[in-house]
Amino acid sequence: MNRDELKDIILSALIGVAPEADPATLRDNVPLRDQLDLDSMDFLNFIIAIHKRLGLEIAETDYPHFATLSSAISFLESKLSKS
Amino acid sequence: MAEFLMPKLGTDMQEGILVEWLKKPGDAVHRGDLIAEVETDKGTIQVECFTSGVLEQILVPEGSTVPVGTVLAIIKEEGAPPEAIRQPVVAAPAAGQTAAAKPLEAPPLAPTVKPSTVGQRALMSPAARKRARELGVDPESIHGTGRGGAISLEDVEKAAAAKAAVSTAPPATTTASVSEPAARMARIRQAIAAAMSRSKREIPHYYLSTSIDMHSALSWLAEKNAALPVPDRILYATLLIKAVALALRETPELNALWDGQQGVIAKDIHIGVAVSLRQGGLIAPAIHHVDRLSLEELMVKLRDLVQRTRTGALRASEMTDPTFTVTNLGEQGVESVYGIINPPQVAIVGFGSIVQRPWIVDGQIVPRPIITATLAADHRVSDGHRGGLFLRALDRWLQEPAKL
Repeated sequence: MNRDELKDIILSALIGVAPEADPATLRDNVPLRDQLDLDSMDFLNFIIAIHKRLGLEIAETDYPHFATLSSAISFLESKLSKS
Repeated sequence: MAEFLMPKLGTDMQEGILVEWLKKPGDAVHRGDLIAEVETDKGTIQVECFTSGVLEQILVPEGSTVPVGTVLAIIKEEGAPPEAIRQPVVAAPAAGQTAAAKPLEAPPLAPTVKPSTVGQRALMSPAARKRARELGVDPESIHGTGRGGAISLEDVEKAAAAKAAVSTAPPATTTASVSEPAARMARIRQAIAAAMSRSKREIPHYYLSTSIDMHSALSWLAEKNAALPVPDRILYATLLIKAVALALRETPELNALWDGQQGVIAKDIHIGVAVSLRQGGLIAPAIHHVDRLSLEELMVKLRDLVQRTRTGALRASEMTDPTFTVTNLGEQGVESVYGIINPPQVAIVGFGSIVQRPWIVDGQIVPRPIITATLAADHRVSDGHRGGLFLRALDRWLQEPAKL
């Protein structure tokens, strides 16, 4: 799965929890929580959506990797290449 | 026969729009079934049936706006003997218009419905209460003229007569306009304004604050979550809510409802959880019997409740019966939250964010995750001493997370 495909998956998970999010205006390297008004319940639902879509277990200790779009893509890319 | 009434879904709710019937005449209904959808200033609420039987007659058509307490439908209860044919409670509605009230001999008066100042439990004699039931008037919608706002038999009769003057908006325009997000927002703001102004006007708040070391709770939770698949993980807010419920068991004066003269201790612990809406505003629907739920059950309920609050699919019972509120603004990075009590409740606790602070443990300075819990409580009902005991109990429970 390439970076663009991963980005699409992440964006669709984000829109699931923040329907008003506009993928066109989201910046890759700015923390998602600063760009979208996500609380911990939203964040958990975001992680659950990615977990369901990719079938990956994501440990709580890995949550910081989901701070920005680009860090999340890199994390998932490396995680998928190992599995 | 039982009457299914337009419920009062918030302290300041005056009327609601019957958006949709989820059952039709002749359908069997059971206690707890969702039977109608009602649009209120808090959004669309699904109303549960309070009894079991057969939905015999629908009296208010979809799209009608009616005051709290209006009879919406008649339910023939299970095991009820066949009754003599009942007078239709309302004439068949003309297109777009209906008079949703019982025929009464008295001429319609100007509505005497006022915002209730006595909280959810109206003061009234058993005779007046019985008469209100007979006439299908919600006691909470009646303005009491007796001593201390007590509702007399005469007040009940007047309110019933006023109900005859009910008018409704044409369904097409009503349902179209209420579904607009901007209109919903405006109504949510209005509801917040009404409840909060009343709270600040009537309730003598006192505030107490304490810092709680969350080290034990968070370490225990991290270990627990490490063994759980993503969808089953528990948020620390769940621990806070459960600890609050257990602390309330020890200080029941704070888990009470103001009845106009005194705080009446609630027999169950239903925690209202303040949920902010993405487009602004907030609603604090209840999770029932929190003290009896496991953390896993509570987490499932919390997720479901947050989702339904944000999509506008709450149930009537969740709107009507919180006995205490928890607000958690830690997400925004604030350290402490001085809540405004949501009447007729008599207390609210606010949690700030968890911050790393130097803390003294066994004579050593160590970094610890600290949360500030702030209690706002009604001084008419409890004193600072009680409030202090509550915060101490809350702290104690959070030091023993395995017991939550």
